[in-house]
Amino acid sequence: MKPKIAVHKFTSCDGCQLAFLNLGEDLLVLSELVDIVHFAEAGPVNPDAEVDIAFVEGSVSTPHEIDRIHRIRDNSRFLITIGACATAGGLQALRNLADARQWITSLYTRPEHIQSLETSTAISGHVKADLELWGCPVNGRQIIAAVRALLFGVVPPQEKDKVCMECKRQQTVCVMVTRGIPCMGPVTLTGCGAICPRFGRDCYACYGPAENPNTAAISQRFEGLGLLHQDIVRRFEFINNAAPAFAEAGKKYHD
Amino acid sequence: MQHLPLPRPARNIMTESRRININVPVLARVEGEGALELSVRNNHLEDLKLRIYEPPRLFEKFLEGRSYDEVADIVARICGICPVAYQMSAVHAIEQVFACDPGPWVRAMRRVIYCGEWIESHSLHIHLLAAPDFMGYSSAPEMARDYPEEVRRGLRLQALGNELIRLFGGRSVHPVGVCVGGFHHAPTLTQVAQMCIKLQTAIDEAKALISWAASLEIPEESLAFTSVSIRHPDEYPMNEGRLVSSTGLDFTIEEFEEHIIEHQVAHSTAFHALLDGKPYLVGPLARINLNSDLLPSHIADVVRTTGISFPSQNMFHSIVARAIEIYFALIEAKNILEEYEIPRSPYIDVNPQSGVGYGCTEAPRGLLWHRYELNNKGEVVKATIVPPTSQNQARIEDNLRDSLEAYGLDRSDDEIRLHGEKIIRNYDPCISCSTHFLKVNIQRQ
Repeated sequence: MKPKIAVHKFTSCDGCQLAFLNLGEDLLVLSELVDIVHFAEAGPVNPDAEVDIAFVEGSVSTPHEIDRIHRIRDNSRFLITIGACATAGGLQALRNLADARQWITSLYTRPEHIQSLETSTAISGHVKADLELWGCPVNGRQIIAAVRALLFGVVPPQEKDKVCMECKRQQTVCVMVTRGIPCMGPVTLTGCGAICPRFGRDCYACYGPAENPNTAAISQRFEGLGLLHQDIVRRFEFINNAAPAFAEAGKKYHD
Repeated sequence: MQHLPLPRPARNIMTESRRININVPVLARVEGEGALELSVRNNHLEDLKLRIYEPPRLFEKFLEGRSYDEVADIVARICGICPVAYQMSAVHAIEQVFACDPGPWVRAMRRVIYCGEWIESHSLHIHLLAAPDFMGYSSAPEMARDYPEEVRRGLRLQALGNELIRLFGGRSVHPVGVCVGGFHHAPTLTQVAQMCIKLQTAIDEAKALISWAASLEIPEESLAFTSVSIRHPDEYPMNEGRLVSSTGLDFTIEEFEEHIIEHQVAHSTAFHALLDGKPYLVGPLARINLNSDLLPSHIADVVRTTGISFPSQNMFHSIVARAIEIYFALIEAKNILEEYEIPRSPYIDVNPQSGVGYGCTEAPRGLLWHRYELNNKGEVVKATIVPPTSQNQARIEDNLRDSLEAYGLDRSDDEIRLHGEKIIRNYDPCISCSTHFLKVNIQRQ
């Protein structure tokens, strides 16, 4: 029997599910290799099915989502988070640092109809995640590598390198050294292909913190480039603001 | 195809008063989460609500305090399917505040990257989301077993759209190339030349796609609705122009809030927007309804072969409108890229200043309006974003009200749900920009 997989959506932009929908021909191959039992955006709907692999996109930001993630965990042998929202709470976790109720009240004339938690949190804050794929968004290569490894019965390989390493491999000219641009590459996990420095701009850390990120040193370097404290805070409190390494680094510069 | 009425089941008083609740847990092939609630008495609709469940992410709030050069990377995250649209509306609004004009190269290349998004989004919608409805399948991979060539052609077009976005954006979801003032990077002549060859090949495929889309069996219906789109004096609308409606309105994007008011409804986290108090349509069908005269004549000739005359009041013609726009976007991108030159710089330097700016562009799903108030350092003081799905939502409810009653409310819950989903899918609602779907709840009395 073919392994069963499900793709679930929580609070998100749908961009990580596109890692499947943009696979092209490989999507058809994938649908031969595995049985896709739940993937609402692509068609199959069976949210409570028992599966071998559950992919989860999005963060937990409503009371209903807390119930859902526990049900999914109970029904899944292997749970993989895909993307910054599921893995670190996402850009919308910025609400955790603010008065979320007040935000909702200022946007909605009848806030009592809005069912929303005060926080946006990672899946691993609620249930065990067996594998976390970083990236905003994750790409098809990461998804296929994970599925392929699991089909072979091995643990999927994980990127550990920093974006800086990828730049060196690609012989990209360093934007920080040559142009003084405050690049997050030295503390950010690679997997993106270093597309930002290759385009002559700063990495903005959409793949989250790398292993052992030296956030203190990069912050000091940013100060040397003339960034104000609030600018440094914004560098860390961005796409992966709730990832512990970045949250702590940003907090140090809260004046 | 006209749906033939099924034999109507006889109902006695007992069953008339019975309440039926069906919960269909997820509306498939819609980008988001939602539910449809119907309340039916004697086969007449008493109430209809399209519930949107998408949890609010509060983008307009966390944009506050952010620098102008972070906005394009933030708003892209509102929607993974149309990030370019969000980036385009944002950078145009901010450039209006800074009173700068990035010039003809940037203007042309912004059109190209937007063409990429139309091709990608429309191809995804036609093949992975909508076509299975018309062909009687539950998903595209299932449809691919019987129609491998049609599905593969769609996936190829979608892939080419993504590649066009990558040429200027580095990746197709949350691209990184767009900035206030232009682009971070200009592609090489070789990359562009290779792209032109691929576009040329795809043009014939898109032409075949138009005839295929027009040959699908769709319901015949003519609904009363108002179309709204951008209108540019001499090109099919994308990034610039005035706002026009099929009722004869014609106003600037700065006057948007004088005509279009968003209001919250209790049953949805997506706002409903109304044009002078009434529902209206945005998106591919509205665009083509209001701008078919701006399609180049050789494209208009191809459109005529479909036998459909635009303006059309049949929402099921949306799938054909999308196919036509894919064909148009491929030709438009190729024409622009054939004249491609490496610019001295792909962006202009900007001088932050305070003020209010507006940006309104044609996302694949329709008008996307942004307003930013910036301080003198170029930081966001206030942001307002009106996405296409919230503009279409009241219109979708009206459409469901009219069409489901005409379809026959004495049909089974499943039939009603399927027909309702088809209607909703015509609008390609991208619920993450406002919401997501899923559930039909019919109360019969």
